[in-house]
Amino acid sequence: MVTNLLPLRITDLELRRAGRRILGPISLTLEGRGITVVLGPNGSGKTSLLRAMHGLERLSAGRIDWACGEAVARARQAFVFQTPILMRRSVLDCIAYPLVLDGVGRRAARAAARAMADSVGLTGVALDAPASVLSGGERQKMALARALIRQPQILFLDEPCANLDNASTREIETVLLRESARGVRIVMSTHNVGQARRLADEIVFLFAGRLHEAAPAREFFAGPATPEARAHIAGDLPT
Amino acid sequence: MNDIVSGLTQAVRLIATLDANLVEISLRSLQVTLSATVIASALGLPLGAWLAVSRFRLRRVVIATLNALMGLPPVVVGLIVYVMLSRSGPLGVLGLLFTPTAMIIAQVIIITPIIASIAHQAIRELWADYHDLLISLHTTRAQRVATLLWDSRRALLTASLAGFGRAIGEVGAIMIVGGNIDHATRVLTTAIALETAKGDFAMALALGFVLIGLALAINLALHVLSGTERGSRW
Repeated sequence: MVTNLLPLRITDLELRRAGRRILGPISLTLEGRGITVVLGPNGSGKTSLLRAMHGLERLSAGRIDWACGEAVARARQAFVFQTPILMRRSVLDCIAYPLVLDGVGRRAARAAARAMADSVGLTGVALDAPASVLSGGERQKMALARALIRQPQILFLDEPCANLDNASTREIETVLLRESARGVRIVMSTHNVGQARRLADEIVFLFAGRLHEAAPAREFFAGPATPEARAHIAGDLPT
Repeated sequence: MNDIVSGLTQAVRLIATLDANLVEISLRSLQVTLSATVIASALGLPLGAWLAVSRFRLRRVVIATLNALMGLPPVVVGLIVYVMLSRSGPLGVLGLLFTPTAMIIAQVIIITPIIASIAHQAIRELWADYHDLLISLHTTRAQRVATLLWDSRRALLTASLAGFGRAIGEVGAIMIVGGNIDHATRVLTTAIALETAKGDFAMALALGFVLIGLALAINLALHVLSGTERGSRW
């Protein structure tokens, strides 16, 4: 399913803000299936890396190359932001919005949105109510449903469970594992080592804007290559 | 004080008896102002949205100019439209001077910058909220403008109503281009000016109260129809 989109090759990527380098240089290749977790403490550049891969950041240096070309790749990916972006619409219309953009009729889009809401566990919620009345966990599920409704091949998630309780976190993780099993390539950031252990097939560890290690999760947790990664896993670094 | 009481009494009498003259000039006021508001909204709202989502070299200059044009002196607008539409002017061949159409043109010029500026302000804030999402969803500029216009429709109603409020109370420009001709271009504001000049303050005040009542009624009706105060958590 994703063979024509990947590999994603990142070469000497750098991001600068006000003359200060906040990320890079980073060279990295993402391929195959599964879940890649970008791990690191706060301020390590996780969000910036994800945003750069998704095309939301202008690169200061380096390049990002998709196997299928950027225009095609952009149309086949979705992004879930750490703070869900709520539209001034009903829950159902927020979820249906990407389909409406694609020219799907409103009735069909809303029917698909209702099914998607159900599939991410957005149950017991008045779907015709304004999205702003949702709780934090429900908002993130709504954002996840909106991201999934176009059936993306790659799903980026920026700390999707950062402000959620255990129950909501578990529900989101269940959806991510299910989508991964269905072939959706998932790239997500977290500073939560436990979550990385539960979800990751591959770990990309960032520290102070630098790539310290990119390795299969099992290898990374068995023997992290750098003192910073070891300390982060042990919980020694401030997050 | 006597004039005010007398004006109020006369206003009630004129309305209660559905005075033919009052009905005629009130309907003309509404026709001219609502037409101007609809046209100016059709121009100003997309312009405000487009300015919010676009980045081009002279963008700040355009926005500053638009804001400055909010204070455009109506008399000057009236004068310019008069010159353009007068028989010797470039658009004189159209024969529009001293017609309601000329009044609508003048009002559109006056209120379009107001509507566009208020719309730009409201949409700019929403664009800041939606920016990442709309970029992430790979939207075209037209889709962004349409989305922002739809999702800020309640704020945009306020923008249009601000334009309506300015237009319905305007007298300088429409007096010049309309000529205040009885049964042709006389509207509430020009009638008030005429009655004041004649010294009939009670009638002028009566018309003034009717004008205020009309403006309030239109605003209330639009708010009720659009459900502005329902679903306040959008």
